[in-house]
Amino acid sequence: MIAEIGHYALILALALAIVQGIVPLIGAQRNDAAWMALARPAVAAQFFFISTAFACLMYAFVVSDFSVSNVANNSHSTKPLLYKFAGVWGNHEGSLVLWVWILAFYGGLVALFGGNLPPALRARVLSIQGLIGVGFLAFILMTSNPFLRLDPAPFDGNDLNPLLQDPGLAFHPPLLYFGYVGFSMAFAFAVAGLIEGRIDATWARWVRPWTLLAWSSLTLGVALGSWWAYYELGWGGFWFWDPVENASFMPWLAGTALLHSAIVCEKRGALKSWTVLLAIIAFSLSLLGTFLVRSGVLTSVHAFATDPARGVFILGFLVLVVGGSLTLYGVRAPNLRSGGLFAPISREGGLLLNNLLLSTACVTVLLGTLYPVFLDVLGGSKVSVGPPYFEMTFIPLALPLLIVTGIGPLLAWKRADLAGALYRLKFAALGALAVIIVVVAVHSFADVMAALGLGAAAWLFLGVVTEIAERLKLFRLSLRDSLARAIGLPRQAWGMSLAHAGVAVLVTGIVATSTWRTEGIQNMRPGDTVALAGYEFTLNEVNFVEGPNYVAQRAEFAVTTDGRAVTLLYPERRRYQVTGQDTTEAGIHTTLLADLYTVIGEPDGSGGYATRIYHNPLVPWIWLGILIMVTGGAVSLTDRRHRVGAPRRARKPAPGARPQEG
Amino acid sequence: MSENGAESPPAPPTRTRRFKFLIPALVFLGLATGLGLGLSKDPGVVPSALIDKPVPEFALEPVRGTERGLASEDLRAGAASLVNVFASWCGPCRAEHPLLMKLAEDGTVALFGINYKDRPGDARTWLDQLGDPFERIGADLNGRVGIDWGVYGVPETFLIDATGRIRYKHVGVLTARDLEETILPLLESLRP
Repeated sequence: MIAEIGHYALILALALAIVQGIVPLIGAQRNDAAWMALARPAVAAQFFFISTAFACLMYAFVVSDFSVSNVANNSHSTKPLLYKFAGVWGNHEGSLVLWVWILAFYGGLVALFGGNLPPALRARVLSIQGLIGVGFLAFILMTSNPFLRLDPAPFDGNDLNPLLQDPGLAFHPPLLYFGYVGFSMAFAFAVAGLIEGRIDATWARWVRPWTLLAWSSLTLGVALGSWWAYYELGWGGFWFWDPVENASFMPWLAGTALLHSAIVCEKRGALKSWTVLLAIIAFSLSLLGTFLVRSGVLTSVHAFATDPARGVFILGFLVLVVGGSLTLYGVRAPNLRSGGLFAPISREGGLLLNNLLLSTACVTVLLGTLYPVFLDVLGGSKVSVGPPYFEMTFIPLALPLLIVTGIGPLLAWKRADLAGALYRLKFAALGALAVIIVVVAVHSFADVMAALGLGAAAWLFLGVVTEIAERLKLFRLSLRDSLARAIGLPRQAWGMSLAHAGVAVLVTGIVATSTWRTEGIQNMRPGDTVALAGYEFTLNEVNFVEGPNYVAQRAEFAVTTDGRAVTLLYPERRRYQVTGQDTTEAGIHTTLLADLYTVIGEPDGSGGYATRIYHNPLVPWIWLGILIMVTGGAVSLTDRRHRVGAPRRARKPAPGARPQEG
Repeated sequence: MSENGAESPPAPPTRTRRFKFLIPALVFLGLATGLGLGLSKDPGVVPSALIDKPVPEFALEPVRGTERGLASEDLRAGAASLVNVFASWCGPCRAEHPLLMKLAEDGTVALFGINYKDRPGDARTWLDQLGDPFERIGADLNGRVGIDWGVYGVPETFLIDATGRIRYKHVGVLTARDLEETILPLLESLRP
């Protein structure tokens, strides 16, 4: 009964989405206030029905209603409660319901906070959101109904893929989807703006907070996925350039570019058509991400639901949405009036360079991800493109990007003095040089790439500090006055500085762990000791323990350094009984400087175990850096000028007359 | 940046200027066509050009420290066999290794190895630590034989029938499911 209510709610939501997608759009075209006004109640009702469907599905999972096929396939009565919740989106059908629920949620936010948006723009934005909803709801109902019944119902379910039964991955999809779907806001605003033929500073001011919100969630979502891969897959790595990872990384790169070009668009009225294009591309890549993960066009370690029939549907939808919006762009964008001329050396120029580098990086990732598909289509051999390609193409783009990011915030709008900016960065340059020299001196020239990477990170970090110090007139005013300036500084400026500092910390972590990881793979018997990176790892014992729905072989490692006890680590190898799958749970000891990482493998049959031990320097900096970046995004979002729904078109000062701000 | 067409002061849009804005749509069209065609291909099954062809002619030295190398004749010895291409530097190989050990224990099928582009010492250590499931192993030090076999990544597993023809190729980690659902039934059907 509950499942049928959910199913029915989805059908009603589809009907409402069709209305929401058509009526306000026509109303906006004919300037009919009543037709436009239909958008808000339609959005509210749609949100209600999709929430109902989502709640019904969640109920079915929590009470383990195995007469629902989706529950039977992806749950089990002994599964811990957290994963009964997470199981809702741990599968293809349920994750799509989550997708449309988030879409409806964002639509609801526009309806709720969009009171002072021009009515025609609001109607068009909500209509486009509605049309996207139509596509996804139809996809769910036609190819991926989560409420299908089973008759007879099985006694118990097949359980969730054990790799997904993990706290990190429980929250990974919702965050990722908040990011993906968040870009639908920028997209809807872009398409609405193109239909209206007007992209102005107000438009950009509307797009920025949504993009920032989407970007922050996506950053956190990608990081959570990477963190999960790090401790769950048991190979000590945090990024594998796997197609599914790339699928979430490409919208991130495009979204980061959009975030920056929208600033130019808002402050200076320049780069309009480019910003619109980026908004379309960021969302298109989010859809492509869905397509790549769901269709089976690429194989990957974690493309967990693949079905070509769904692929055909998504591809058709993709062609309609992306092809349609890009065609609209092609027709309308040439007529966009652009203001704000600027010299190549200027804040705008710096942001444009940032955009060029980010988009190029995005294209190289796209090429690497799709190349195997295309080679196959062209009748070539089957290949897989691995980390060496991505490292070779990505690093040469990332290095200049870091350097530009250090300089950019010190450049003035319109026309800047590069020599002056570089002079102000003299301490950053000295610091970076010192880091490079020290690294080369300690580790020899073999690690020169790492030295450059760390140098660039130091440059960026010190550049951020320099910029903030200048704004606060630190050491030039009394500490008290500086503090007053710090409080008075716009939150956007703090947000930018935090985000950039986070990037520096993140890069430091990535470079250090990729270059100086040490690992030992060996066979150990209880009592054996292995020395690695200044630590001694002793395998004390291996026991069998029972979890709620698995049995595990759990090892105890005693870690010592110089005879001093550091910690005890308990890596596990779990066997989930329902699916018969094994998972590894690494035993990790984190300090601020490194992770000690242990994995217990198969017994060799004669009392020994295959073990892997890693010393991963500065890995915690990766997660710390990302947290700082996201904090920056959140701080910037609280800036009153980002206050969702306060465009104040009337009080807008002339472009360029605004005070300098981030 | 003033040469950037989009940013110049409003000039009457010429035809070439207009066309520039359609480039993204055209690029996407190409992309979508490729993806559409790609959908009809299953990436899991790699249609080896060698399917149903005799195994390539080769003779490989044994891995240092083991006794028996691998040559084409060994694969025509009158019984079906599996040839597993592996390397000690390959993480996924380690993941499938226990399955190979079990297969060897059960004795269902003759298991041969091609040690692909590996350092002899490393291969030896690998076998010592994880066990050696193979009846014979050929050391393909420079990957020359791998090219003949169409190997593009390790691990790969080939199913060879009794007359030495390649009947099936599996790319990537072999799982218990692949074995039960595909390889063992295929082996069964090849039995006289």
